[in-house]
Amino acid sequence: MVLTHTTFETLLQPYVGRGRDALLPILWDVQTAFGYISPEAVQAISYTLRVPESEIFGVIGFYSLFYNEPTAKRIVRVCTSPSCAIDGAHHTLEGMCRHLKVSAGQPTDDGEILLEGTECLGLCDQSPAVLISTQGQGESLHANVYDGAAFLDNPQAFSYQNIYRSEVGILLGKSASPQPHYHALAKSLAENNPDDLIETVRQSGLIGRGGAAFPTGLKWKFTRATQSFPKYVVCNADESEPGTFKDRVLMEENPHLLLEGLAIAAYAIGANKAYIFIRGEYPEATRILQQAIDEAVAHNWLGDAIQGSAFSLDVEIRRGAGAYVCGEETALFEAIEGKRGFPRIKPPYPTTNGLFDKPTVVNNVETLCNVPLIVLQGADAYKQYGTEKSSGTKLISISGSVRQPGVYEINPGLTLRTLMDEYCGGVIGELQAVLMGGAAGVFMTPEEMDVPLTFEDLRAVGSTFGSGAIMVFNHEVDLVEVLQSLGHFFKHESCGKCFPCQLGTQRQHEILHRLRAPIAGDAVRLVDIGMTMTEASICGLGQTAATAVLSALKKFPHLFTE
Amino acid sequence: MTEKQITLTIDQQSVTVAEGTTLLEAARQIGKEIPIICYSDKTTANGLCRLCVVDVNNGRVLQPACVATCSADAQVDTRNERVERSRRTILEMLNASVNLTEAPEIQTFMEDYGVDPQRFPEATQREHPLYDDNPFYVRDYSQCVTCWRCVQVCGEDAQYTFALTLDGRGFDTAVSTLFNVGMTESPCVFCGQCLDVCPTGALKPKIEWGLEQGLSPDEIRQTTRKPKKQPKHQE
Repeated sequence: MVLTHTTFETLLQPYVGRGRDALLPILWDVQTAFGYISPEAVQAISYTLRVPESEIFGVIGFYSLFYNEPTAKRIVRVCTSPSCAIDGAHHTLEGMCRHLKVSAGQPTDDGEILLEGTECLGLCDQSPAVLISTQGQGESLHANVYDGAAFLDNPQAFSYQNIYRSEVGILLGKSASPQPHYHALAKSLAENNPDDLIETVRQSGLIGRGGAAFPTGLKWKFTRATQSFPKYVVCNADESEPGTFKDRVLMEENPHLLLEGLAIAAYAIGANKAYIFIRGEYPEATRILQQAIDEAVAHNWLGDAIQGSAFSLDVEIRRGAGAYVCGEETALFEAIEGKRGFPRIKPPYPTTNGLFDKPTVVNNVETLCNVPLIVLQGADAYKQYGTEKSSGTKLISISGSVRQPGVYEINPGLTLRTLMDEYCGGVIGELQAVLMGGAAGVFMTPEEMDVPLTFEDLRAVGSTFGSGAIMVFNHEVDLVEVLQSLGHFFKHESCGKCFPCQLGTQRQHEILHRLRAPIAGDAVRLVDIGMTMTEASICGLGQTAATAVLSALKKFPHLFTE
Repeated sequence: MTEKQITLTIDQQSVTVAEGTTLLEAARQIGKEIPIICYSDKTTANGLCRLCVVDVNNGRVLQPACVATCSADAQVDTRNERVERSRRTILEMLNASVNLTEAPEIQTFMEDYGVDPQRFPEATQREHPLYDDNPFYVRDYSQCVTCWRCVQVCGEDAQYTFALTLDGRGFDTAVSTLFNVGMTESPCVFCGQCLDVCPTGALKPKIEWGLEQGLSPDEIRQTTRKPKKQPKHQE
């Protein structure tokens, strides 16, 4: 698109009169139209939203999917996170570079294509994954890209189909209805008793599925009790934990279940505005969700005076722009407010001071999708799934060296061994290690495969469900390469606010990078860096940026011998 | 109005303070100085350098004393093994990244915590060119610890000029102007408040810098009259 005054005016027109919280949407529009955000664009946006130009520049510099210099008509990003890396992602990227005779990070002379490596794209079961940004069109996600040259010639041939299996079929599979029915929302509205509704959710034992495992009912109760208005519900769909893709599959396969859970949460706490913050790397899930929102509004399951009740709810999708840290709830608020995604100091907590400093419930996609069932069947019926302390089903994203990777809805309590052998068709080759909970998770050895998959059992052995990601590594996988990939990930994704994480992720990356030729004392350095990040960082990113490395030091000490 | 008083224990000493008092202020009441880098009484505390972390009730994580408030009956350790490790490691990692030779306060902390200057061999240093783009001050971001103070006073903590911002992310975070233009092209009004709050040698009056370079005052004046890269702005 040619950069003219008129094109800017047209682009910015819908935002006239809006404030800083429109910054990310506006930057997305400009980035998509022009391939970058120029000084002229920053000036025009500054006038439109009344935000200082320097602050806009700072925001652009924070998010990986925004550029402040001309790029190319197509930006092609190859995922180099562990599951893709061990499946040949680097070979894919090299193949592309050879094909175009460029190196990664350098656009082709004709300005057509820019190649880059990128962090996890959430297609770990169909590795290697690739994300394309096309000027004037936007993003598209592609799978199984082994042949880089063939991909560049015809990206459309590399589409993906979601792979999921469920024995019980609560969230995915059997009962997933393609038609919106919203029976649980109707029931909530008819009963007209938000306090009882919250009590039911509390009784169900539902705990958050995003990684922190906080009781959902309690979070709702605190937020409802706060005497400050308006209140907000935010769905955290910024799924960026390497190895995790269950929320994407859930949104693409069952979007109305999420919207219904979101509406019930808003009704329960007394909110009339909800945001779904979805990572920019999920274009298909974004499109499907927007379509579902439009359908729900058309049938008055969302919007004004829902089904003739006094309850109204406006749901808005916000796209992230390439920042893992925005999965941290307070950094996510900052992103919606149009700022750099820096986590805030807690307390105060979101239940009192959240989005726009107002009481806010933040729930993960999977968490909200559990709510309609709890409302329809009651707490006791829900608790028939799982265990006393891990009630309900749990979605697992499994990738790496198993025959059938994908998303599995499990009944918590089965063992890792059963999951891999009986559900996933077994390990390919000989099992070497499992990384539980994603990049911020914990390594487990082949001797630990009989641990039941529950929040409490995993915690008891020093492991974690985390986001429900399981990466399986067989004897052929080079664990050093996996550790280096994790080190690079955290160095790339640290926001830079607090010193322990900003400096620690860099130092950790440097030491892991030379792991095959270490300097005397490197293992002790990793422990000091790791413990300092864990104990002194501001947010969950820094506090878990060394978890996997520290567990590898314990369980695979031979990788660190000098 | 009487404020509610609470009592807690800091380093085995009982302290009674008004509710809402930070751990830093409470520790000062009993003569305990906690090391801090980012904190200044001129800027909003962001709790980001984490040098001031203390151990509260042997919790899962340490608490930043500059922003964490006192809670009744808390047992606070301002300097135990956990705290020492975090402070020493933060200082060692910082020293391996940034030129701290002109940060006397941080040098004192490094001595106090037994910092090994060679702790992180082959570490990447933050390297930046010296920005000598205006008659009033020079900017050397290879000495910048990213405490945010200059950005804060330039913005909502004092001047509302917004000449400065943060660019990049993680280790590569750096103080910058809009599209990295020179100061005379930025909205800077040369109020000097950023120099006042800078805890290192990253921001320095031009005259001081020139004298250190061995230039005479006359020579310094001559260099400052010459705009470096913006001839079109000569009027």
